Amino acid sequence: MKQFLAFITKEFYHVFRDKKTLLILFGIPLMQITLFGFALTSEVKNADIIVIDNAKDDDSEKLINKLRASTYFTIYEKQIGYNAIEKEFKKGQIKAAIIIPPKFNNDLIKGKKSQIQILTDGTEPNVAKMLVQYITAITMDYQREINATNSPMMMIIPEIRMLYNEEGNGSINFVPGVMALVLMIVCTALTSVAVVREKELGTMEALLVSPFKPIGVLLAKALPYLVLSFVNLNFILLLAVFVMKVPMQGSILLFFFFSMIFIATSLSMGLLISNITDSQQVALLLSMIGMMLPTIVFSGFIFPLENMPKFFQWFSYIVPARWYYTGVKSIMLKGLDIHYIWKEMVALSMMGTFFLTIAISKFKIRLA
Amino acid sequence: MNITEANITNNNGLLSKEEKEPVIICKDLTKKFGDFVAVDHITFEVNKGEIFGFLGANGAGKTTAMRMLSGLIYPTSGQASVAGFDVYHKQEKIKKNIGYMSQRFSLYDNLSPLENITFYGGVYGVPRKEIKERSRLLIEQLGLQNEANKLVASLPLGWKQKLAFSVAIFHEPKIVFLDEPTGGVDPITRRQFWDMIYEAASRGITIFVTTHYMDEAEYCNRITIMVDGKIEALDTPGNLKRIYNENSINDVFYKLARKATREE
Repeated sequence: MKQFLAFITKEFYHVFRDKKTLLILFGIPLMQITLFGFALTSEVKNADIIVIDNAKDDDSEKLINKLRASTYFTIYEKQIGYNAIEKEFKKGQIKAAIIIPPKFNNDLIKGKKSQIQILTDGTEPNVAKMLVQYITAITMDYQREINATNSPMMMIIPEIRMLYNEEGNGSINFVPGVMALVLMIVCTALTSVAVVREKELGTMEALLVSPFKPIGVLLAKALPYLVLSFVNLNFILLLAVFVMKVPMQGSILLFFFFSMIFIATSLSMGLLISNITDSQQVALLLSMIGMMLPTIVFSGFIFPLENMPKFFQWFSYIVPARWYYTGVKSIMLKGLDIHYIWKEMVALSMMGTFFLTIAISKFKIRLA
Repeated sequence: MNITEANITNNNGLLSKEEKEPVIICKDLTKKFGDFVAVDHITFEVNKGEIFGFLGANGAGKTTAMRMLSGLIYPTSGQASVAGFDVYHKQEKIKKNIGYMSQRFSLYDNLSPLENITFYGGVYGVPRKEIKERSRLLIEQLGLQNEANKLVASLPLGWKQKLAFSVAIFHEPKIVFLDEPTGGVDPITRRQFWDMIYEAASRGITIFVTTHYMDEAEYCNRITIMVDGKIEALDTPGNLKRIYNENSINDVFYKLARKATREE
């Protein structure tokens, strides 16, 4: 036990004196979460839109005001001809144009219907679809208002709610994914580099001839990083909740417990990587690139797994981040309890045990 | 004690019969890696307090032999005991009783000398209080008072090696294995390093050292010359020179090592 303490003390000295380690530990999460959280968003905000109001009457005015009140667009009222609109699109300055015909109000009252035209930039289909949805929704809304004051007619109003994410905040979907990504990368990178560094320096040999047990070397290496990752987890959680506005609906205790299982799995993965490499660069590369790609692709936070070919869907089951992502979403967004995420817990624990067993047995073989 | 004095006291080769107390015993010790016989039936004994030199070209099997004796790898066949413990079954016991310093020395660059001593002392189970007292003493002996809390990375190579040796014997092992400990060090520092080795030997610590430097071989009580995994010669430096009729160990070594067929 005393030996173990001596080892762990030493390990902490390494961490706090090595700027590279600290950078990996806290720099990567900060960068990844803010970057992914802010940049990777499917929602549209403050899109520039031209409104050409050819009617200039009461109703057109009210409709434009309603549009203006929305945070999705920035409205520019312009009096330009049809041909000039295309020029604006070509300049790439506007995402959509709304054209209100003359006699808008007149048509509405007398003919009971009028038209508005919406033009969007099809080179960005996702943004275009979103804008059409928003504008249609606002127009419908206005239509309901004027119908309420006029003669009532029968209609079905679909009431739509996005459960667990009422505001359609895109980052709450990404952030749990990025959390999985960051923890995976940081944990594997740190442990693998920590072990390989000793190999590179030649100190590993000194440790192996000491009475300290080889399995002890591995555990003593992993334990400080387990503690540090816990600190890191707090940091990530704070970023997620307070900066990225991801709600925490479920139990924080469960969240931490679940996350620690994932962290332990990632650390075991790091130990495994350290066994098959002899240089810090390779270890770092393997843990960064090797872990990043499968995590991004197969955890389902960017590319929906349901749309993938069956083979890849099966493959995703062996990607730890997939389980963590699902579990964290259940806890944070849906507020589910342990009964709903036990499968994820079991899967992660099994993978962790598997990695650790191989890591330890391979470590012993090197000594034989 | 300096080298000349030590040489005089030990110049007659082995210690007298009564004092002879083998701490390393090897008989037909062999290590194979597949078809490759790295160490081929080596047999020797090393006595307590002896400075035992292990010479050989690169790839001659020195490091493999040393690794078997220090409990890092298992032999393929043959017998060996170190500090009275069998290398097959009592590796853990052996590890407690030996010290080890490799050519790439075993210190942590981003730890201070004091922290390095504390760490290795702790790993070898030296009581904390004892570590505290003796490490201060050691730092004084090495003249590292001003560097005690600076990082090892900032020390000159020679000092690092002296410190590494001190760390390797800090837990008072029965035997210390030195794997080319003086690589890349200037002659004066090497001299000082050997003074430390003699001092340790005089306290009864057995020194098992591999080296490339033939002048260092002359400092040993007895030397072994390994060629292609076999022991070609084993005797005091004086006797070897006489037997092979050469003026220096360098020439003896050259005569024997030339026969090597194995390349690195």
